[in-house]
Amino acid sequence: MTSHTHIPTQMIRAIRSARTQCEERGVIQRECAAIRAQFRQADNGGRSHNLAKLLYVHMLGYPAHFGQMECVRMIASPRYSEKRVGYLGAMMLLDEKQDASLLITNSIKNDLAHSNQYVQSLALCTLACMGSAEMCRDLAPEIDRLLRASNSYIKKKAALCAVHIVRKVHELGELFAPAARSLLSEKNHGVLHGAVVLIIELCERNPETLERFRKTVPDLVQIMKGLVLSGYSPEHDVAGISDPFLQVRILRLLRILGRNNEGASDAMNDLLAQVATNTDSTKTVGNAVLYETVLTVLDIKSESGLRVLAVNILGRFLLNNDRNIRYIAMTSLQKIVGTDHNAVQRHRGTIVDCLKDQDASVKRRALELSLALVSASNIRSMMKELLLFLSSCPPELRAHAASGIFNAAERYAPSQRWHIDTMLHVLITVNTDRATRPAALSHMGFSPSRLTSGCPSAQSLVQVACWCIGEYGDLLLRGDCQETEPVQVTEDDALDALETVLQSHMSSPATRGFALTATMKLSTRITDNVDRIRSIVSIYGSCIDVELQQRAVEYNALFKKYDHMRYAMKKSTCPLYLISPPPPQSVQLHMKAPSGDSLPARGTAKVTQMVVLNNPNKVGLTHTHTHTQKGEHYLNPTNHLPMSRCYHNRL
Amino acid sequence: MIKAILIFNNHGKPRLSKFYEHYSEDTEQQIIRETFHLVSKRDENVCNFLEGGMLIGGSDYRLIYRHYATLYFVFCVDSSESELGILDLIQVFVETLDKCFENVCELDLIFHVDKVHNILAEMVMGGMVLETNMNEIITQVDSQNKMEKSEVLTG
Repeated sequence: MTSHTHIPTQMIRAIRSARTQCEERGVIQRECAAIRAQFRQADNGGRSHNLAKLLYVHMLGYPAHFGQMECVRMIASPRYSEKRVGYLGAMMLLDEKQDASLLITNSIKNDLAHSNQYVQSLALCTLACMGSAEMCRDLAPEIDRLLRASNSYIKKKAALCAVHIVRKVHELGELFAPAARSLLSEKNHGVLHGAVVLIIELCERNPETLERFRKTVPDLVQIMKGLVLSGYSPEHDVAGISDPFLQVRILRLLRILGRNNEGASDAMNDLLAQVATNTDSTKTVGNAVLYETVLTVLDIKSESGLRVLAVNILGRFLLNNDRNIRYIAMTSLQKIVGTDHNAVQRHRGTIVDCLKDQDASVKRRALELSLALVSASNIRSMMKELLLFLSSCPPELRAHAASGIFNAAERYAPSQRWHIDTMLHVLITVNTDRATRPAALSHMGFSPSRLTSGCPSAQSLVQVACWCIGEYGDLLLRGDCQETEPVQVTEDDALDALETVLQSHMSSPATRGFALTATMKLSTRITDNVDRIRSIVSIYGSCIDVELQQRAVEYNALFKKYDHMRYAMKKSTCPLYLISPPPPQSVQLHMKAPSGDSLPARGTAKVTQMVVLNNPNKVGLTHTHTHTQKGEHYLNPTNHLPMSRCYHNRL
Repeated sequence: MIKAILIFNNHGKPRLSKFYEHYSEDTEQQIIRETFHLVSKRDENVCNFLEGGMLIGGSDYRLIYRHYATLYFVFCVDSSESELGILDLIQVFVETLDKCFENVCELDLIFHVDKVHNILAEMVMGGMVLETNMNEIITQVDSQNKMEKSEVLTG
């Protein structure tokens, strides 16, 4: 006789004794092979054990689909133990997309009508978990029957099964409405709870059904009164509150029924006031009920006195020591910040304090709420707090915080200069976050020296600064500022800043590229220092960096030959450097022998290529590159090589 | 609606995984790993609510969890469930397990996974809360176990 324990301990012990992942895989493969063999045999009394073993294996993440048919067979078995495991297996291994799931429809149908309530229960549970639309249509009448004529145990399960059916096949909601209505007169709390869940589902799906169920508000109020005001009931008591789960569920239904409806809201007003004042808030369960009451009051058309009471309760929650309570208080405040903005503003101080909380979840809620509370009157103080938050906030919130700050700054900035300074501050704080750059680029000019001296190592920032100087140089130089201390930027200042970037050994080649292009752009925006620009540009005509050199050469050409076109190229709408040709798609180094022949360098990497010059005095280097759009080839001599044996070409 | 109920230990090994929506096996394992990663980062005295899971996706979903000794109990729920209510439900679940297994420990869950599923099936069905009264749950679970035992004895 096989052992009574369902999951053979032997297999589990074997799996657990494996020292490594590899060993575990080996054990499991062996066990699965044995299980497969067992499945192929005829009924051998130990079938449920094998399937149970398989489900354990499945939980660990190993494939178990070969057990699907075994589930189907087990479900059809007359033995309860086998049905039980079979249904469990079906819920874990089958889904409605598989053909095997259709095969169990008939078993479920039969089991729904079984004389044993536990067998019925298995069928109901499985149908509620994985019933497909067809199965639901097929079996809906059966469920309706069970909703009306069975014991409490089955009724409550049938109610939730009906919810699943309605989710899958919306039209069937009509079928269950009458039965749901009559379930409200049941005494059993489990059934009541199921009924309320079902009614919520029906009302949310169909506005007409919602209308009809509004008539049940008095009944619901009665039930609630019974729960709240009745004496101690040991059966349902949880920390002094009678069935808090049911109370919460009924409150939610009342919320749905009272929304946008004066009559229904009036009918529940007194009850809500009673619950709000009588519920003990020293325990979690009490708070769950209070919280639900508050949400309901704020969502329906309640009296103003009641609304004030509700918001005050939330305010109390905000000061609660329990972080959970603070968290949900903020969640609720978030829901009403649109409609009861002033009431929520009163708690702004506490909310802003929560930005400094240790807990990342609380921080997240506080951030959302703070951003929603920013207004023209509190922008300066709020922004201080938000920027402080940004400097120490967890990385997963950074992008959201930055974009929220940008939006707030844009909407409520008291002045241009403040706006720009704020954005600068944000950029400096999140200088590694590429996502925030485009936001800043859409705003106009800013103080170049602050950026270029502030953090020379933050390449993307410096690039942005250079681009802005180039692009909006004329605005910058005009000095349009309505600030307390206007900063006058001269052409020399701007060029100084750019030259610093060009010469700084900390600037990357890309940054130098930006700076050079910006310098070039300025040539069209300034009047006095064009010669200075020309000299800067020509210096870089023989720069070691290939990209920079090429650009400089082309700019020089613009000056010399195409001066008249310089101005035409000034108007740029594209955020990238328009005057320069697009960066080359690929560069190929060649070794040029004295004979004139050239040999391509080795290496397929686009960025780095290597060539070994055994005799650098006799052999030169050239490079070719292609542009994305034109596909032209420029053969340029590459000068000023360090006298070493290798040369790396960096794009 | 409850989308998933997960129990795993301090090292991320799953002890119970119940999904009320269908995912492929790989996705299920990914969800377990990701949830473990999110939950294990948390300190002891922070709140029991987490957002930010990518796979059990959407801003409407939260992870509500409780940490008991070596085990994490995690419920992934949407906004139709009361957060505090679910927190209480986890408590009821653990207390029920405690009564059914007599001072439950991790080993009990390991060697009797199907029993844990049966208990859970009396509390949550199709992603919805079914029964929250501990005594009621235990009564039903006991009756069913008796039925199974009597079947085995009669051969």
